[in-house]
Amino acid sequence: MNEIAIANSAYIVAAILFIMSLAGLSKHESSKTGIVFGISGMTVAIAATIWLSFFGNWSEASALSLGLLAIALVLGAAIGLWRARVVAMTGMPELIALFHSFVGLTAVLVGWNGALHSSSIAADLVGIHRAEVFVGVFIGAVTFTGSIVAYLKLSAKISSKPLMLPGKNLLNLSALVAFLGVTVWYVITPELWLLITVTVLALALGWHLVASIGGGDMPVVVSMLNSYSGWAAAATGFLLGNNLLIVTGALVGSSGAYLSYIMCRAMNRSFISVIAGGFGIAAPSSSEDEAGEHSEIDAASTAELLSNATSVVITPGYGMAVAQAQYPVAELAKRLTAKGVNVRFGIHPVAGRLPGHMNVLLAEAKVPYDIVLEMDEINDDLAKTSVVLVIGANDTVNPAATDNPGSPIAGMPVLKVWEAENVIVFKRSMASGYAGVANPLFYKDNTKMLFGDAKEKVEEILRTL
Amino acid sequence: MSVIGVVAEQAPEARVSATPETVKKILALGYEVLIEKGAGSNAAFPDSAYQAAGAKIVTTAAAWKSHIILKVEPPTPQEVKRLQKGTVLVSLLSPAFRPELLEALSKQGVTALALDAVPRISRAQSMDVLSSMANIAGYRAVVEAAHEFGRFFTGQVTAAGKVPPAKVLVAGAGVAGLAAIGTASSLGAIVRSTDPRPEVADQVKSIGGEYLPVEIGESMTSSDGYAKATSDAYNQRAAEIYSEQAAEVDIIITTALIPGRPAPRLITAKDVSQMKPGSVIVDMAAAQGGNVDGSVAGKKVVTKNGVTILGYTDLPSRLPSQSSQLYGTNLFNLLKLLTPKSDGNLKIDFEDVVQRSVTVVRSGEITWPPPPIQVSAAPVAAAPAAAPIEKKRMTSRTKNILIGLGFALAFLLISAAPPLLQQHFLLLTLSIVIGFYVIGKVHHALHTPLMSVTNAISGIVVVAAILQITDTNALIQVLATFGVLLASINIFGGFAVTRRMLKMFTKGDPR
Repeated sequence: MNEIAIANSAYIVAAILFIMSLAGLSKHESSKTGIVFGISGMTVAIAATIWLSFFGNWSEASALSLGLLAIALVLGAAIGLWRARVVAMTGMPELIALFHSFVGLTAVLVGWNGALHSSSIAADLVGIHRAEVFVGVFIGAVTFTGSIVAYLKLSAKISSKPLMLPGKNLLNLSALVAFLGVTVWYVITPELWLLITVTVLALALGWHLVASIGGGDMPVVVSMLNSYSGWAAAATGFLLGNNLLIVTGALVGSSGAYLSYIMCRAMNRSFISVIAGGFGIAAPSSSEDEAGEHSEIDAASTAELLSNATSVVITPGYGMAVAQAQYPVAELAKRLTAKGVNVRFGIHPVAGRLPGHMNVLLAEAKVPYDIVLEMDEINDDLAKTSVVLVIGANDTVNPAATDNPGSPIAGMPVLKVWEAENVIVFKRSMASGYAGVANPLFYKDNTKMLFGDAKEKVEEILRTL
Repeated sequence: MSVIGVVAEQAPEARVSATPETVKKILALGYEVLIEKGAGSNAAFPDSAYQAAGAKIVTTAAAWKSHIILKVEPPTPQEVKRLQKGTVLVSLLSPAFRPELLEALSKQGVTALALDAVPRISRAQSMDVLSSMANIAGYRAVVEAAHEFGRFFTGQVTAAGKVPPAKVLVAGAGVAGLAAIGTASSLGAIVRSTDPRPEVADQVKSIGGEYLPVEIGESMTSSDGYAKATSDAYNQRAAEIYSEQAAEVDIIITTALIPGRPAPRLITAKDVSQMKPGSVIVDMAAAQGGNVDGSVAGKKVVTKNGVTILGYTDLPSRLPSQSSQLYGTNLFNLLKLLTPKSDGNLKIDFEDVVQRSVTVVRSGEITWPPPPIQVSAAPVAAAPAAAPIEKKRMTSRTKNILIGLGFALAFLLISAAPPLLQQHFLLLTLSIVIGFYVIGKVHHALHTPLMSVTNAISGIVVVAAILQITDTNALIQVLATFGVLLASINIFGGFAVTRRMLKMFTKGDPR
């Protein structure tokens, strides 16, 4: 039994553990075990790789390499654990986007290394090896800059408005064609400048792809980048002929792609246009004339309405995250439940900036997950609900999506909050949401607007209660 | 700044056009408010309450001299004479039925706004007096019926024997009908309802009633929010249903009205004669001729076989405080629309459909009827607007061809590849399929933890970097070290943050 055989069997174990880890995450009950599987899989994989690289063929130079490895691992672990500990749950999208960029950059580095080290390869595989280098570098670099832009947008370091370059689809397409051309060229004559060209090209493409997507579509972008980072890992697997990398990369890649598909369906957008980037271009809102009169309500009356209600549904959106209102909202839910009011939460699939973002925020505030329901679970009950509180959500509760076929968001499944007896909308002003579409919900008769900071208003309601 | 006068109604009308609460709001619009002495006393709003709200209590004559007069019931001929030229009168006026009243008002040279002419569009719902009064009337109709009915509404099993629930038929599921259904069903009765508009079936169901469809293969969609006249075949089938129901139910409440026409006759004398003794009929359309044979407007009639028919026309007035409050709020909303600057100056904008519709006399000139407006969303009208925006979807055939081409291309590529690469492709394909199935089952709420865990797992690129770190080339070693550093941030950070998140997900205590 040589070290390659040992490593390979360890890789199989690791791959199974990763699959079990993802499977474990499908339910709340088994999710914690899922993490344990994931960590064990990673430990097995790293241990086997270290064994394979060092203890199978020990030489003088290995000591230095091992030292470097140890330093890098310990430093990386320290930084990673520190970031994970200090991140606020509202900052989750940024952190995940940033992490994706690391995978992308690593894939680029691995690809470059593969190019620099191409001596001991069989003659018939040299061409393929070169192509693999390019694919790996390309995907890695797109993931890297894409994630960096997503990070900057999510952390509001740059404007989240979509960048609109003239002929952007043509730009993307020609970048792909150029990539194919350069790859073929490189396979024939491996010049270093070609490698540099492809890296720069991919970095620019990644930047442009995400820059042209608006902030409201971030859940899709983040899961799409998740997918890309998986493909980047799989590409390095091809490059190094490493099965574990291929399997794991493909798992992550397909899971990310599936997640983006779910998100797209939730927003009624085509999957292709998301992958291709730049789908943030909603037609300028044609329904400005929807404006009418809205009626306002104050916190005290809201409190009174809530205490007289039999059932209350709270539909949070990104605004709740921004205002950090999850704690007072959770407290409100708790108090009302104690009064015998049936309180539930209705979560739209794309609420927030990350798939499942709202669930995490509510969980942080100790809202039991069994009263946090999905859109499809709650939609039919909304008609029987006394009061719906819309906290920082806009497009996800817009009746224009179902009523107005001319609306840019027509056909997008939404929470039908307007069917409830009373709707209270917490909002800063009458501005429209990310899609830039006017919301006729605000002008419905059963809708009352509660203007101001969501957190302050909810706390005010709590005081009145 | 204009002065608004709230005048007292003639007995027996008990409502009043403003409550202390709405007076406060009207004052905020910049008006001065005068209340005729005792105007609100029948609705349990004493003068002192108005004074506390900021209004002045004045004599009848003084109140009628205001620039703007608020009333509930249409003015009597004597009252019309009291109006000065240029005054604005806001009241119920029934402009369609009372041309002579409009004549009189126009002779007087006043401007008259009919609150009962508010169009049925969503923007104007806050001023729709007919709806708010119908709601009250529907409630009161059930209360009146319960008062006359000698039994419980709800079914009970008691030590003294079993009591069956009362059966109530509500004809017409408009605002009044729905209010009646809701009230009767919350009292515990079994409620059924008929209406020519099948789209109300869900509304009936939602408040506890059962919808009895009239099945003749003809339906009617209302484009202006009101019911229309029906065809002969329909009427025949409906009549059969009413006869069947009359023999079975204990209480019938009829609310059928068609705007501008006498009320349709739904319950015939024969139907009434088949009802059980002690049954009660409330004919809410008695004022417009009645839905029931034998009902007398404003009166209670008991038939030979012991069926009580109530033809009360003042149902909202029998709930004066509630009616005044809703009426007053509707009226205030109209004033708010007419006072865009909140400066106490009334301005009527004829470009606005709501303001155009309510104005039935303008400075002595009759402006009734207003030009017709299509109000509630008729689905047909919306369709053409939708067409140009419809997305171009790939037809399923081109899609299939593309998928087929993709497969063929992949097949050719892989079959030309060396064996090692083929193995890799096999692994890749199978893993993609596994990933797809595993993720398909993930609970929506766990998407964020899932992403951070897959993120940590994609840190597996560390394996590639570790493999390269042993290279003899110093540059490769440095790059690989950097790669290990980045990927391990990912691994440790990703797992740690996922654990932190999952710890927060807790299940509620079962109660």
